[in-house]
Amino acid sequence: MKSSKSDALKFFNFKALIESLIAIFVGFLLGAIVLLAFGYSPVETYYWLFKGALGSTNGIASTLAYSTPIMLTALTFAISARTGIFNIGAEGSFYFGAIAAVIFTNIWGNMWFGLAMGMLLGALWSLPAAFLKVYRGVHEVISTIMLNWIAWFFVLWLVVGPYANPNDPNKTIRIPESARLPLIGNTDLSIAFIIAVIASILTYYLLWHTVFGFGMRASGINPRAARYGGVNPNKAIIWSFVIGGIMSGLGGAMKIMGEPPTYAISQGMANVYGLGFDGIGVALVGRNHPLGIIFAAIFFGMLRAGTPLMQIGAQVPLEIIKVIQGIIVITVAIPGLYDMIKKALARGEA
Amino acid sequence: MDLGSVISILITSLMAMVPIVLTSVGAVWSERAGVVSIGYEGVLLMSAFFGAIAAEVTGSGIMGLVGGIATGIIFGILHGVLTVYLKGDHIIPGIGINLLAMGVVPFGILAYWGTAGQHQVAVTLWSWNTKYGKISPMVFVTIAIAIITWWVLFKTPLGLRVRSVGENPEAADALGINVEKYRFWSAVYGHALAGLGGAYMSVAWLGVVQKTMSAGRGFIALANMVFSGWNPLVALLGGWLFGFFDALAAWLAPLHIIPGQFILMLPYIMTLIIVAGIIGKARPPKWDGRPYKRE
Repeated sequence: MKSSKSDALKFFNFKALIESLIAIFVGFLLGAIVLLAFGYSPVETYYWLFKGALGSTNGIASTLAYSTPIMLTALTFAISARTGIFNIGAEGSFYFGAIAAVIFTNIWGNMWFGLAMGMLLGALWSLPAAFLKVYRGVHEVISTIMLNWIAWFFVLWLVVGPYANPNDPNKTIRIPESARLPLIGNTDLSIAFIIAVIASILTYYLLWHTVFGFGMRASGINPRAARYGGVNPNKAIIWSFVIGGIMSGLGGAMKIMGEPPTYAISQGMANVYGLGFDGIGVALVGRNHPLGIIFAAIFFGMLRAGTPLMQIGAQVPLEIIKVIQGIIVITVAIPGLYDMIKKALARGEA
Repeated sequence: MDLGSVISILITSLMAMVPIVLTSVGAVWSERAGVVSIGYEGVLLMSAFFGAIAAEVTGSGIMGLVGGIATGIIFGILHGVLTVYLKGDHIIPGIGINLLAMGVVPFGILAYWGTAGQHQVAVTLWSWNTKYGKISPMVFVTIAIAIITWWVLFKTPLGLRVRSVGENPEAADALGINVEKYRFWSAVYGHALAGLGGAYMSVAWLGVVQKTMSAGRGFIALANMVFSGWNPLVALLGGWLFGFFDALAAWLAPLHIIPGQFILMLPYIMTLIIVAGIIGKARPPKWDGRPYKRE
């Protein structure tokens, strides 16, 4: 067992890393072609993008702040992927985490209470898909997508109805000051980032250094063999949904409790929408490895944090970033990318 | 509810069923051959956008539909190459296509028309305007496509071969059927129909391009495919049912009887109940989503 464990790490370090870097490169390259096609300068666009993301303390703080929620939703996808499941449901648990923070911190203005309730509601929302999978054989892609939409409309109703801000129709009631996450230094970055990194490391530890995590990974690789080895794959699947739901719920709660100056869910749920889907891209680029996800999330956060300056400096719509992210994910989906390029290079040399 | 409202809801439900039915029927064909895609949502959105451009550039609504089909075919080829020939995962490229659409369409609307979020399409497809609402000829084209697809899939040798590569590729291979070829072109056909459905939304039905206009219809179509038991004729009926919910929600919303969000939730809850097997157990083709490698 020992040797296969270090093999898995080695695989992550070299081939997977290079494949992710190639995907990122292809994303930027095709992004540049799209920019050229619409008459923008790619060089100028990318210059302002990276200057915005890394050129100042505020830029770096903003990069890390943007990386926080997608790090957690990426963990949701990665944990289940390791168990052999495609859990697309991070989005729904994220909405419930966010609304839980709004509801419960206004009952008791305590930060830990808000985070705990966010995790609880996120986990609860992951259960229907888990039970449907295990007891009814329903494919999790279908059920989680449906649950995301149900969550969307339900939380939207809470946002515009019972929890709308009577003084500001553009958002929900705010997180009371006593429950807001402390900020780091003189920036807008809250301790949410540190909590997300700790969550990633804990997930890594759980999956690779505990018997429980070994069981989860074993049932992901071969459920029949896992059953023979004394692991119950159904149990592993349910736990992977629950832990995933906890992560996204935590992400949703921290997004609202740790993001100045709003500390509320904004109109049309604009500040909580899409972070679950972005997390899937982060997980894929991070190769479903919790430690890879930390870096992939910071990279995606960088792309997002650089957009305000990119819009001002190069007048490029911020959606170009989504185009680049989409291309990166499609490129990651090419199997054996590393071997293909190696073969092509060898042919070129010969 | 008076008779006029009933007729109006029924007509709207026929218009609303088109993108869902076309996508479902395409997905049924593709999955019967063993290719799973969850990228239809993104294909619907992108073909609505590129279809509108094609209509405006050529000045023809029909060419708009052709532009949508072409968009679908491009993504069908991409998905087919990745899953059939490179034996890659079937879910991940779909996620990528959906993410890509979430960028391409808002970026494209802004970069091409210079307006944020929404564009009124200048050239649209002709339709009958009745006092209860408009009916597009595409409603009948859609019904015809569903029936023809069912007939080809279940009553012709071509359909038999398509189903055999999804059900038992080893046997099909032994009989000399080119599994990869049938799977690849099935994926292309599935995405092409979604492309037609997407262009219909912008060019024939809503007359606008919006960054959120697919509104989950690609996913509803997948649910409808499961509901149909991978049968194009049942998918036609199921697609109409979803169209009916759509129309009913739009009719009920201004009345404020119950919050609009709860009506919009209904199709998704119904789908969950259906896939949970409470109404009927669905069984996918045996080799659905599994890459076939010749031994």
